[in-house]
Amino acid sequence: MTEINNAAPKRGVPLWVQITIWVSLVVLLAIVGFGLNRAQQGTVQPGDKIPDFTLPLYSGYEYQNQSNVKLSDLRGKVVVLNFWASWCKPCEQEASDLQSTWQTYDSSNQVVFLGADYVDTEPQARIYLQKFGINYANGPDMGTQISQMFRIQGVPETYFIDRDGILRYVKIGPFTSADELKSQIEQLLQ
Amino acid sequence: MWMKKQLRIIAYVLTLLLVLAGLWVGSAKAQTPTPPTDDQVNAIARQLYCPVCENTPLDVCPTEACRQWRELIRQQLSEGWTDAQIKQYFVANYGARVLAEPPRSGLNWLIYILPPAFILLGVYILYRALRTWIKPSTAAPASSESDAKPLEDEYVAKFEEELRKRN
Repeated sequence: MTEINNAAPKRGVPLWVQITIWVSLVVLLAIVGFGLNRAQQGTVQPGDKIPDFTLPLYSGYEYQNQSNVKLSDLRGKVVVLNFWASWCKPCEQEASDLQSTWQTYDSSNQVVFLGADYVDTEPQARIYLQKFGINYANGPDMGTQISQMFRIQGVPETYFIDRDGILRYVKIGPFTSADELKSQIEQLLQ
Repeated sequence: MWMKKQLRIIAYVLTLLLVLAGLWVGSAKAQTPTPPTDDQVNAIARQLYCPVCENTPLDVCPTEACRQWRELIRQQLSEGWTDAQIKQYFVANYGARVLAEPPRSGLNWLIYILPPAFILLGVYILYRALRTWIKPSTAAPASSESDAKPLEDEYVAKFEEELRKRN
């Protein structure tokens, strides 16, 4: 009895503070874990349904006279989405092949080429497009929203989306030839 | 005399022409804005980060993409854009992650709140730990002294009793 009276009152950290600290730590770890998991996932995978997005287009590079192009509006067509930038040297290797392949399929009205200009400035982008004679639909990836959606690792990267909006093939790096491009498109057109 | 008068008139006319020419050139200069200096460009560039080369401020980033961005800032400054307008343009085009200092909104608040909160928590834990470490060490000698005394007394008393018995 005496011992109990003499013992100093326990002055620990209040329970609500302890709970707050632990909850904060768990939340922080969850956020870090989510970020790490996302970083290690790589790009979107073939078979994934691509969420809808709208690409604003540079003046002079519109799609059917529209200044924006929406992926969901292109259902029923094969979409070739190419991420590029004017400062990207490997992009130059495939620029002409992309343009010539687009010309091959343009009249068929079954294949749509979209160029998403990644982290670029418009004056330099225009110089690049003129240099390689590109005239299919091209526009800036505003706020890097589309590239983040695809979780691109760099440029160039090209995504082949089928008529139902499902991703079928991803090409990381430049195409070595126009035939390589065409073979992927032909598989999706079958 | 006549010659002197004529020379004086010519001198007046020339002076007047020089003043007028000066005014004309001056007004022409005023219409041409001074091109922004590298320091002005870098003052804004160091507040931005290019997403391509992470962790490198734009003002010191050596890549072609960053060089283009700096040129764009120079162009915008020469067109009279303010710092805020330029930063707003970059955020709209490339996302908020280009800002060296993320905007104070949404989840970004965690960046501003959590580090100081953890530092304060650490200081508090350290303070409490130091208190518990110091207390026993200061209390220990006192208690041992008080404990030792009765023991010693008891021993002395026993010793003296033994001596008495022998005597």
